[in-house]
Amino acid sequence: MRSFLDDAARRLRANSGALSAMLVIAAMILLALIGPWLNPNHGETLDWLHVAMRPAAQGAHWFGTDRLGRDLYVRTLEGARVSLAVGLVASAVSLLVGIGYGAVAGYLGGRTDHVMMRIIEILSGLPLVFFVIFLTVIFGRSEYLLFLSIGAVGWLTMARIVRGQTLSIRQREYIEAAVASGASSRRIIVKHVIPNLIGPVVVYATLTVPQIIMFESFLSFLGLGIQEPHASLGTLIAEGAGEMEAAPWMLLIPGGFLALLLLCLNIFGDGLRDALDAKER
Amino acid sequence: MNPAATDPMLRIAGLDVRFGPRQVLFDVSFELFAGETVGVVGESGSGKSTLARAILRLIPADKGAILWRGRDLRSCDSSTLQRLRRELQIVFQDPLGSLNPRMTVADTIAEPLRIFEPGLSAGERSVRIGAMLERVGLEAGMADRYPHEFSGGQCQRIGIARAMILSPALLICDEPVSSLDVSVQGQIVNLLLDLQRDAGTALLFISHNLALVRHLSHRILVMYAGRLIEIAARDVVYEKPLHPYTRTLLAAAAGQAEFIATDGAAPLQTGCAYRDRCRYALPLCAARPALEEIDTGHFVACHRARELLS
Amino acid sequence: MTSLLQVAGLTVSFSRPTGSIEAVRQVSLEVEACECLGIVGESGSGKTQVFMAAMGLLASNAAAAGSVRFAGEELLAAPRARLNRVRGSKLAMIFQDPMTSLTPHLTIGTQMAEVLVYHGGLSWGEARGAARRMLARVQVPEPERRLNQYPHELSGGLRQRVMIGMSLLCEPALVIADEPTTALDVTVQAQIIALLRLMRRELGMALVLISHDLGVVAGLADRILVMYAGRIVETAGAVDLFERARHPYTAELLNCIPRLSGPRLDRLPTLAGQPPRPQEIGAGCAFAPRCPRAAERCRVERPELQGDTARQAACHFPLLP
Repeated sequence: MRSFLDDAARRLRANSGALSAMLVIAAMILLALIGPWLNPNHGETLDWLHVAMRPAAQGAHWFGTDRLGRDLYVRTLEGARVSLAVGLVASAVSLLVGIGYGAVAGYLGGRTDHVMMRIIEILSGLPLVFFVIFLTVIFGRSEYLLFLSIGAVGWLTMARIVRGQTLSIRQREYIEAAVASGASSRRIIVKHVIPNLIGPVVVYATLTVPQIIMFESFLSFLGLGIQEPHASLGTLIAEGAGEMEAAPWMLLIPGGFLALLLLCLNIFGDGLRDALDAKER
Repeated sequence: MNPAATDPMLRIAGLDVRFGPRQVLFDVSFELFAGETVGVVGESGSGKSTLARAILRLIPADKGAILWRGRDLRSCDSSTLQRLRRELQIVFQDPLGSLNPRMTVADTIAEPLRIFEPGLSAGERSVRIGAMLERVGLEAGMADRYPHEFSGGQCQRIGIARAMILSPALLICDEPVSSLDVSVQGQIVNLLLDLQRDAGTALLFISHNLALVRHLSHRILVMYAGRLIEIAARDVVYEKPLHPYTRTLLAAAAGQAEFIATDGAAPLQTGCAYRDRCRYALPLCAARPALEEIDTGHFVACHRARELLS
Repeated sequence: MTSLLQVAGLTVSFSRPTGSIEAVRQVSLEVEACECLGIVGESGSGKTQVFMAAMGLLASNAAAAGSVRFAGEELLAAPRARLNRVRGSKLAMIFQDPMTSLTPHLTIGTQMAEVLVYHGGLSWGEARGAARRMLARVQVPEPERRLNQYPHELSGGLRQRVMIGMSLLCEPALVIADEPTTALDVTVQAQIIALLRLMRRELGMALVLISHDLGVVAGLADRILVMYAGRIVETAGAVDLFERARHPYTAELLNCIPRLSGPRLDRLPTLAGQPPRPQEIGAGCAFAPRCPRAAERCRVERPELQGDTARQAACHFPLLP
């Protein structure tokens, strides 16, 4: 009584690289969530006694401090929280919107598909950063806006992938069987098409998370994203870049954290694809 | 005798199907009566699978009428069509491919019930599914498994269970045993015959296996290059075929080869499609022969059929 | 005199994440020069894997044990260079689906000429000429035109003729045809069988014909081997096998084939159950669960092939005349 997912889970467990990556990601998430409480400092407290100090035990500044004396351990982990939140939320939004849009376009085909794809093409043509700047100017700076704007753009490729998968699934005989059984289009899309899309979609979703985190970091690096006094890994990297020669830890610690996170997400995504792609028997 | 009882349940009239610029079915017309088994034979490119899908409106037809119990399926609205689907069902050639890999056997068989009898409780549905599984020779306990856990023959039984659960009046079988082992084919065919007998279902059995079709059909339709070229009672087709193609087909099935000079050429779109391979071809065959009733119940589309009769 | 092809104790197993499964179990057979051997079996019989092992075409997760000798030379685990000299020239194979076994983006002429250039050392011009002559020989109409066409432009029957022609280019001593007619229409099947018969008469090569279709095999084979669940269960001359099969499986299989003539049946004869998957085979005879003659002994003790060189059956209670 083994379903396809059970088989996939087993293959994933056998892939030590992907498993290690998964554990590291879990560890990083855990650290980001509870890490700051393990340290007496606050991300916004300015410790004038220990300005731009390298990582040390004094004042419990395990990762050192920045130019303003703020503890980097806490700031990095809080920044990681923001980056992860943005990554996960925006990915979830793009996943839901993308799947719904792509499956409908792919299954209905014809004029509907044509129109829906042209919309996607127009939106794809908009320069991403420009779009975000535009929204920021109109709605002011806000983290929710950041989430939404990234998610609003992230669904485009997902929709294309889902549509492509739907086009190939539509040819399968079990879809014909469902039509012959009297199922409505809605039922077919929900019960027959979408469950069979899971493979490539999940893989793409896990690879979208690092892309989105990278994008947010980039925006924040440019000064468009998260604002003071909050931080994301991107803003921390921006600050650290300026202090590269004098205080390299300000760049290396958040940068290393981000790099490790992205690496593990990519490895895990690859492992997921291998697990989901394998033949049944 | 009630005249309505002799009306055909399904009447196809002048059906044309095109895939883009290419025509694949040419003016197909025939009748099917309640409870009978009609075999459809022909080779690749004959259009038999296309015909099956066109009848069920899984693909659109360009011209013609599909009269199911008097109602034209081509002109009725989508909700009527959807309602009528419980009466016309199909079993496909690829046993595993016709089952959704992500759905359990129970869910697959339950689908027609969920669509047409939404009032059933989960318990009642479960009972019906269990009974149907037993009826097709599987065990009720297998309901929670997934298609890839079954063999080809078992998958085909599941497909048949899904098709028959609402006791349709017509079951179209599109090469249902062609992908199965010889020792298993008979099981599936016998199952279909049993279910047909119990539910009074008519069968439209499509196959390229002439020997197989001979044993279960009352009447045979022979197709070539998208055209229906001969219709007759089973014994007549096998013993006294009139159309030259039918004769070639039967000879080949018996192991006699005939060299066909134009093997590989695309089928002709006008006139008699068989004339470039036919040893009896004459200039008059450039005009398309109509399906004529040469003898009672024996229809042939050949200009020289009457000659060949003697 | 040694046989052309000698298979001894061949076992082919596939490693899966769930464990290793044996598709071919201790198979031994011989093919003499110029003879036509038919191999009959259903899914799971292992008939194709025996010859994939001989040709060195097994999948990467497969392992072959035992011995396969062609013209005295051991093929299993032979170095690739030696194998490549033999394959395609002296030992050729024709596959089931000519659409997938011909390279779609190369013309027929290129693919055929390539064989002669590689194996025969001919120039491209000479090879093309030889290819054209071969196409004519296998009754492909307009051979010159076909040389410039791509596989998808030919019908299934023509493609299979091209495959047969390609396999015969280097005048092989043995041709293995794996289900050569299964993907073809019945009218074309009959022609291909006639073609194979003609080629055998003209060139005198040995032919191994693998098929699940006894009718196809009957038209060509001198001797027939019946395989079931990875083992050979019966061997006999073609005529003897059809007249009176010894193994119950062969008899039932013959019985299951629907007849084109003779009395019409209301129910088709069939065997209960289905051919076992490799992992389902227990001790004793693999056919016992489905055999109408099975006794207790059959379930515990696996029968070996018994009989003389002309006829053998692996059964404790064979059907005797």
